[in-house]
Amino acid sequence: MRLLHYLRALRGIIVRELYRFVHQGGRFGAALVRPLVWLFIFAAGFRSTLGIAIIPPYETYILYEVYITPGLIGMIQLFNGMQSSLSMVYDREMGSMKTLLITPLPRWYLLTSKLVAGTLVSILQVYTFLAIAWLYQIQPPPIGYLTVLPALLLTGLMLGSLGLLLSSFIKQLENFAGVMNFVIFPMFFMSTALYPLWKIKESNELLYTLAEYNPFSQAVELIRFALYGQFNQYAFCYTLAALFGFLGLAIVGYNPSKGMMQRKGGA
Amino acid sequence: MNKPLSLIGLIILAVVHNGLAETIFVTLEKDNALAVVDGATQTLVNSVRVGQRPRGIALGKNQRQLYIAASDDDTIQIVDTETLQVVGRLPSGKDPETFAVDPRGDFLYVSNEDDNLVTVIDIAQQKAVKEIPVGVEPEGIVVSPDGRWVVSTSETTNMAHWIDRRTLAIVANTLVDPRPRAAAFTSDSKQLWVTSEIAGSLTIIDVATKRIIKTLGFKIPGVTQEKIQPVGIRIDAKRRYGYVALGPANRVAVIDAAKLQVKDYLLVGQRVWNLEFSPDQKRLYTTNGVSNDISIIDLEWHKVLKSVAVGNYPWGVAVKP
Repeated sequence: MRLLHYLRALRGIIVRELYRFVHQGGRFGAALVRPLVWLFIFAAGFRSTLGIAIIPPYETYILYEVYITPGLIGMIQLFNGMQSSLSMVYDREMGSMKTLLITPLPRWYLLTSKLVAGTLVSILQVYTFLAIAWLYQIQPPPIGYLTVLPALLLTGLMLGSLGLLLSSFIKQLENFAGVMNFVIFPMFFMSTALYPLWKIKESNELLYTLAEYNPFSQAVELIRFALYGQFNQYAFCYTLAALFGFLGLAIVGYNPSKGMMQRKGGA
Repeated sequence: MNKPLSLIGLIILAVVHNGLAETIFVTLEKDNALAVVDGATQTLVNSVRVGQRPRGIALGKNQRQLYIAASDDDTIQIVDTETLQVVGRLPSGKDPETFAVDPRGDFLYVSNEDDNLVTVIDIAQQKAVKEIPVGVEPEGIVVSPDGRWVVSTSETTNMAHWIDRRTLAIVANTLVDPRPRAAAFTSDSKQLWVTSEIAGSLTIIDVATKRIIKTLGFKIPGVTQEKIQPVGIRIDAKRRYGYVALGPANRVAVIDAAKLQVKDYLLVGQRVWNLEFSPDQKRLYTTNGVSNDISIIDLEWHKVLKSVAVGNYPWGVAVKP
């Protein structure tokens, strides 16, 4: 009976998230247009810049758009994670958060369910993006489409938990611009999404170190390897550790007795 | 790689690599060496020293012997494909770069760039039997699969010279675009394809009339036109696709051989020079002079599978079944 409760709650949260996703056509479009703009416009200008050295998991020379694709998948999940955090703030402002949190189930479970729901939405976005990229001649090996799925689950959860953590700090919707400036942009640009580490090292040692320890970099590398049927153990461990770290802090953050919510005067 | 993934990978590799028993030989212009790549593992397995500045390479009769043009030694070396020892040399004349073997494997035709000659060598006797004067700076040379023609292209005269193999005399010339580099016949010997390095074009000539059927240009988004310098050509036996190495454009052009149109460009290593099919024509090997590797292209999907480092300045490639 208790298990049924848990499953019912998880289903409810996932269905609500998917319902919102399906019915917000604009949000789906925006989530897709962003990486596509990078792919079709930004990457086109840099088409031939790489292709100088072969780096794993690639076994031959690649065009820049092939390199940038896992980074853009990461971008989809990063934005989705932040979007979820935004919707948490919205839910809190609108009061639906209260309905969720008074459910007689552990808070960590509810938050994790919310996270899983958000991740599933991001995975739908990623596969749509990959389908369009396939038509644009970005065609990883067929097995890669399967092996990337567990990687996407982990990276989606990690980036989602980061969003969750941030949402416990943000009091009002207006503060989301700050998240853009101080979290999304630095995380995205200081990573291996746009340039390989060796290229960053050539220009700036500090940036290289920051990029190397940026959890977003490791998430992108995990996706990159998985997309080519390979397993990057270091990136996996790093992403998993980051997930537990962010999620743990988010759960503390959402705990009314200890967390930020109390300090901010509750939901 | 974790265990389940490795297992899946191994199964896929076993399936994909089934029948990849060929050996790939690559001449290394700067290392004065011959690199040996195993087709099954797609790795470099050996590298042996040969003459100075080795460039042109071809397999001889029964695939037991390899001929290698050691340009700075003014000779064509004979290398045993099993022991990789130099077992003989052929009198090629000065500075041999490219040569062609006739379909039966009895004669070798060498371009002597400095002397404006084509030297004909009787392989069994290891003797030059004829010198044929051709245009200025002969470069590309090819024998038609039916054994009727030898075609030599001269870089400065900008012509394809048609040499009758029976009389060993030029019977016709076809003017082509500037700096013709390489030539190839279709398997039915009905068409001759010639690449022009400076013009950046491919000329397709009808063998019966010796007239040009079509001249194809190349255009690659993001690559400047002067980087497109077509060199090596291979046309598959069924005449479905032809492949042209585009030099510093780092691409191999895939040409629909029926429609005579460019179908695709495949990114390979830097300054792609020469090409060779696997015996089953399911793969194409390219030598990439500047990036010091060879690229392996899957011809069913037209995908570049892998690039394998082989040594300095890979130039020519031959594939033994």
